[in-house]
Formats: sequence, structure tokens, C-alpha cells
Amino acid sequence: MDAARRRSSAVAEQAARASYGRLLALVSARTRDIAAAEDALAEAFAAALAQWGEQGVPANPEAWLLTVARRAAGHQQARAATASRAGDVLALLAEEREDAAASPFSDQRLALLFVCAHPAIDPDAQAPLMLQTVLGLDASRIAAAFLVSSGAMGQRLVRAKRKIRDAGIAFAVPDPADAPQRLGGVLSAIYAAYGTAWDDTLGADSRLAGLRGEALFLARLIAELMPDQPEALGLLALILHCEARQPARRAPDGTFVPLHAQDPLLWSREMVVEAEAALRRAATFGAPGRFQTEAAIQSLHAHQRMTGERFTGPLARLYDVLAGIAPTTGVMVARAVAHAENGASSAAHEQLRAMTGTQTYQPWWAALARVSWLAGDAQGAAAAAATAAGLSADPAIRAFLLGGGYRFAAGGANVGKRG
Amino acid sequence: MQYVLLFQENAEERGKRTDPVAAGPYWGSWSAYMGAIAQAGVMVGGNGLQPPETGTTLRIENGTRHVVDGPFADTKEALGGYVVLEVADLDAALEWAARAPCAAAGSVEIRLVMAPPAG
Repeated sequence: MDAARRRSSAVAEQAARASYGRLLALVSARTRDIAAAEDALAEAFAAALAQWGEQGVPANPEAWLLTVARRAAGHQQARAATASRAGDVLALLAEEREDAAASPFSDQRLALLFVCAHPAIDPDAQAPLMLQTVLGLDASRIAAAFLVSSGAMGQRLVRAKRKIRDAGIAFAVPDPADAPQRLGGVLSAIYAAYGTAWDDTLGADSRLAGLRGEALFLARLIAELMPDQPEALGLLALILHCEARQPARRAPDGTFVPLHAQDPLLWSREMVVEAEAALRRAATFGAPGRFQTEAAIQSLHAHQRMTGERFTGPLARLYDVLAGIAPTTGVMVARAVAHAENGASSAAHEQLRAMTGTQTYQPWWAALARVSWLAGDAQGAAAAAATAAGLSADPAIRAFLLGGGYRFAAGGANVGKRG
Repeated sequence: MQYVLLFQENAEERGKRTDPVAAGPYWGSWSAYMGAIAQAGVMVGGNGLQPPETGTTLRIENGTRHVVDGPFADTKEALGGYVVLEVADLDAALEWAARAPCAAAGSVEIRLVMAPPAG
């Protein structure tokens, strides 16, 4: 009895993890009410835990969960029913009969992703909303990843869901004419989730390491669901290149290892191969964009490390292209460093000095340290590195900067540290 | 809004203050952190504190003064210092808290400063 109960709760848990987003998308697609769909799904999982232990696990656990969740959602709707919504309730219950036996279900997750990244939704809420609805992460975990209090994150998510319901945002994949533009929002939100986990931890915090994996999951999902969108492939290639380097970013003693000193043999070969394939496929569409360009930059970095050949010129030019498409603060800072690595350190210095709003932006100070050192200003470099260290939340990065990690030959040639 | 960040350190982290090997990076991290706060123009004030065993605790019970050596309560983490910041909101205060060297070796408590009573 106990063993059966344990097994049933294990099956329910597995179904929850594997199909949460698909089930939530299916339930909320009709009602457009994500919060209500979450409640319905929670009810279904609770019922599963109670019943499966006694009656055994059903042949198709997902279909069972969907049926119960739809019924719960239908009841909720009926309670709150207005004349205009009654039709939705009937349709919802009709769908229950239609695909109760069908598996795999139609995949509504893509529609759900587009809803989460709708322009009417607060941009700060988009990536968290995707993580919660498609992956089922709870608000406090998402809050920790985005470094806001869990109360504030909960509020943000509640507001976003209310907006979706009250504004009647359609659960649909935009038509091909609108798709590329709307897709940009979806991709940016996924990239933001990945970047949050990448910047703040370097794999030290297992919760954030999980978030990286989840962003990769979303990137793969969207590339799989929209295989003819080159930017979706570009984002996948970009995330894969970064993720492949995870095992090499820290020495066994926990110290930070910058890209120019990493051992490419420690990189995930499978991920590099998958990244290059995605990037090549993206290139066949002849429609370059932000994520393809960023992926191309990471691809060149990888080739540089693997072959020992230097690509500082092409890298600086690719950053110029990227700055033309997406002149974000992060891109402009990285571009300045790329120019300095290519020998133009005083131009790079001017580019950094011309930027505004970077007073507490850690990468700007780290870039200033590097560019100043390449320009021969050791004192200025040390001062900038100290500020960058003070702005970093990662002890390994702090130690790296205070220890003079920014002092190495231009272009990252592997000659060991100087000075 | 003014927030106080209370820096709690565990014993191991506190021990680094006088450890011949660890003292350099320890003080380097704190001075970089304080420097970055000052550079950003959000510092209202703050101090580092001598270790808890140098403290003295006083309590009056039924009119009798009790003076005890050391901290009020022996806890794993002890207050190592504090800063008062002038920032826009809790999220900004959290961002600064995450950068504190003790965030990974203790904790940082964030408290909103009470506004003076009106009138």
C-alpha cells in the first residue's frame, strides 16, 4: 500500500514536471485565465495524489490530469459565468471528450509563450511569467533568480495574469506576417532569463544553474516549434555556445577562469556541435538578426580557442554589426572591449566614456579596467577593477578582478598573466 | 528611501579578518564594495564593527543592572557591520545586498529606516 502510494506520487510528480506547461497551456487557452488554470491544475494534481494511491495510476496520467483540470476550470467558470462566457464553458467541456483519449495532445505551449511575451505585458514580467506558466516554477524561486523580493515578484505575476484575462489577450500563435516581430519579444524574454542566471552565479548557485537549463529548454522548444525562424535558431545557438563552456568556467578550487584561459576540451562537445548546426541552418534563410550575430560572435570565440587562430578583427566588425541592430548597454560595452582587443584601445576608451547610466553597471567597470590596462594605464585599470569587484555579487569574480585577472595580452592570446 | 543593510558574518568569515592568508582578499573585497557604494553616490553612512566577543550587553531586570561580557545571544552569525543607503526601492537595496562579501558567507538583513514622526 505504501509502496503503491509512493509510486503514484512519483508518477504524479513526474507528470507535473514533464507536462505542466503543456497542461496549463491547454487549460488556459480556452479561458484565457492563467491564474484560474493554475488553480484547476493544482486541484487536479491534488486529486491525483489522493486517488492514484488507492485506485492505481491511470493508463494515461496526462489525459487524466487534463480531464480533471478542465472539469475544475469549467466549474470555476460556471460559478463566475456570465452569459458571454457560457459558450466557453461548454466548449471547454466538449474538448474534454474530444481529446481525453488522445496523446500526445496538441501543443499549445507556443501560444502560451506568445501570450506571456505580448507587448501589453510589463516587460519585467515576461520572462518570469514564461518560467512560471511553461515550467511551473514557483514565484519565490523566480524572484531569487531575478533578485527581487518574492512578494514583489508574486505581485508582478498576479498583475500580468490579470492583464491577460481582463484585456482578453488571444491564446494564438501570431500569423506569419506578425510572427517575426512578436517572436522577438519571446526570444528576448528567454535570453533575459538565461542572462540572469549566467551573470549572477557562474554555476555557484544550483537554483540558478537550474534556471539556465530551463532557459535552454525554452530555447530548444521554440526552435523546435518554429523551425523556420532564423532568430529562434540563433538564440538556441547562442545559449548552447555559452552553456557548453559551463564546465570550464571554474577551476577545481572554484576560481573563475576567463574564456581566454579555458580548456576547450572541458567544453561540452555535443552542445558546440548542436550550436554550430543551428547557426548554419539559421544562415540558410539569409535573414541575419541580433541573436544570430551574437551566436556568430560566440562561434568565433570558440574557433579562436580551439584552433589558436586569432579573430580579433572579425570579432570587432561583428560587434559593430550587432551594435547597429541592438545598441544595448551590454552590447556597447562588449563592443568597446572587442575594439581594444583588436588594437584600438584609445577609441575603445572613448566609446566607454561616452556612455551614460553605467555608474553601477558592473560590466562597464570591468571593461574599463581591461581597456585601460590595454592602453597602458595600470593605475586607472586597478581603480576600475576595484569598483567592478565591489559591484559584483560573485566571490570568484571579485577575487579574479582584485587579483588582476584583467591583465593579459591583447586578443586573449594564451601567454599567461603579465604584471 | 533609506535602507539599512545589516551584515551578518559566520565565524569562519569573521576569522578571515586576522588570518594571514585570507585577510588580504577579505579586506580587499570589503573596501571594493564600500568604494563601489560611495562611487554610486548612495552611501548615507555605515561602519564595520569589532567582533562580537568584544561586545558588552546590559539589561535591567527589576531595577538591577546585569552587565555581561559578549553578545546578547550566541548565534552562528553575528553582526559585522552595517551601512545606510539612500536608494529608490527594495529591489535596489537587494541588489546592493547581493554584492556584499558576506552575502555568500553569512547573510544580509535589509531594513527600511523609519520615517521621523510627522509634525
